[in-house]
Amino acid sequence: MTDLAIEAIGLTKSFGETKALTGVDLSARKGTVLGVLGPNGAGKTTAVRILATLLRADSGKARVNGYDVRAQADKVRQSIGLTGQFASVDDDLTGMENLVMIGQLLDLTAKAAKARAAELLEWFDLTEAGRKRAKNYSGGMRRRLDLAASLVGRPPVIFLDEPTTGLDPAKREDMWDVVRSLVSDGSTVLLTTQYLEEADALADEITVIDHGAVIAHDTPHGLKRVVGGQRLTVHPIDPARYDDLMAVLSGITAVDGHAPETNGRGSVTVRVAGDDVLPDVVAKLRAASIAVDELSLHLPSLDEVFFTLTGTRSHDSLAFQEVSA
Amino acid sequence: MTAMTLTTTAVAPARSRFNPKHALVLAKRNVIKSMRTPEQFMDVTLQPIIFLGLFTYIFGGALAGGSQHSYLEFLLPGMLGQTIAMSSIAIGQNLHADIDKGVFDRFRSLPIARAMPLIGAVMAEFIRYTLVFVVTVGFGYVIGFRIGTDPLKVLGAFALCIAFALAFAWVSVFVGMTVRSAGAVQGIMFLFIFPLSFGSNVFVQPKTMPGWLQAFVNVNPMSHMVSAVRGLMLGGPVGTQVLWTLAWCAGLLVVFFPLALRGYIRRA
Repeated sequence: MTDLAIEAIGLTKSFGETKALTGVDLSARKGTVLGVLGPNGAGKTTAVRILATLLRADSGKARVNGYDVRAQADKVRQSIGLTGQFASVDDDLTGMENLVMIGQLLDLTAKAAKARAAELLEWFDLTEAGRKRAKNYSGGMRRRLDLAASLVGRPPVIFLDEPTTGLDPAKREDMWDVVRSLVSDGSTVLLTTQYLEEADALADEITVIDHGAVIAHDTPHGLKRVVGGQRLTVHPIDPARYDDLMAVLSGITAVDGHAPETNGRGSVTVRVAGDDVLPDVVAKLRAASIAVDELSLHLPSLDEVFFTLTGTRSHDSLAFQEVSA
Repeated sequence: MTAMTLTTTAVAPARSRFNPKHALVLAKRNVIKSMRTPEQFMDVTLQPIIFLGLFTYIFGGALAGGSQHSYLEFLLPGMLGQTIAMSSIAIGQNLHADIDKGVFDRFRSLPIARAMPLIGAVMAEFIRYTLVFVVTVGFGYVIGFRIGTDPLKVLGAFALCIAFALAFAWVSVFVGMTVRSAGAVQGIMFLFIFPLSFGSNVFVQPKTMPGWLQAFVNVNPMSHMVSAVRGLMLGGPVGTQVLWTLAWCAGLLVVFFPLALRGYIRRA
């Protein structure tokens, strides 16, 4: 027996002329979170659909919980929970009815299915809403019900396809807590996301895919080292102090000779090795009497990750950023 | 990175366990959904009333030598066949619309037989077809239709209608799985339903039809089903017609169930 809960080698899939996957390897050890990071259209969802037995790969092999996704599809289906952009709940049924139906399809007795449904509704703070039809749920309630629906059978392997896309930050944190508690109970989670921040917060290892191929696989720490740690963004109140600001920043924070970048709004962004530079920056800004109205430390955006890894800006992620800006 | 060992195990493709209870659970889902949108029952309640009334009073006198009553006796079993065929359109349309929603992906990810969501949906149609029978016979009674046999035979007529309806529904499921828009289901189903219901003994005795058309009428499953139901409700020999109807039901299932399932799997 292998200690891998998810292992895929050389998955390819085409839809007509479109090559969705051109040879993807994925692996997740039992009891860990694998983050699959990539922009829209990178092939994340296709990979998940293949692992969840909803799609057949054109070539390649994959095992989930030790079972071959093709030859032992039924065993795989007994081992997985699936939540995301596609696998969802029935709008016309109440939260309770949805969960009971899934329990009964998993061969629980009516009584056991009801008990499990009530337990999950309570855990996800949906006990009240459980009596309402899913079509009347808010976005956040809907995600929680989707996730609850995939946990009815206590699956050892859970696929979460962009579980937080479209959620506000507070709801996102709630979802992260749920993922963490699933893993602490021993489940293995494959999580797809467009946010490095999310992958960093949850994943033990991160696989970055773009245009249907893996372009990096590393721990969050390793990936951040490759893409240059964190970013410090500073915006001076007085645009005339721009040159002074540049002098301060390039003096202390440049990493590996990367020059500060400027954006159209007059903000300056530099790579920094870690958050320990922050006091130094603040002190130097004060010494030079440069007043700022933004001073933030953050992880590189997905676009910056791609730029570092591939040297080209991903059109998809650019488009995505424009939409979200 | 861990060395990956993906051995090519020669395991037979796992067939999901076929558990009839799963079909009942999924049928219940469809029943709950229809109960919450009662307007979906129009085609199995108002439609048979309107058609039975229209045909009886508009054509009855002209077709049955002036006796609307004797035309009603003749027409009502035929109307059951026609309404059942028309009511089958809905399941193809509903499944077509339903299948693109996320819940079907959830079903596909569960360890249940692939066909179960389709089987559940067809089983839930039992309620609609029961309404067709009850409403048609009930309204017929109000306007003068009388059963000429015993309750057991009427039950037989009901069972035969349901069997025919549930088999014919698979034609609609197949069309629903194959076409690209829900609207197209109706257009294509009409191509099946009109020749079947008019090229039959539903509305008139086939005596005056040209020979080639009579030949079609004689093999038309709708004719067999309607003849059997007429015998069971009005009296007369029924054995052969019942057998023909059941044979057609089996034939429809054997052809259209695998086709519908294939269409469903391809849509995934």
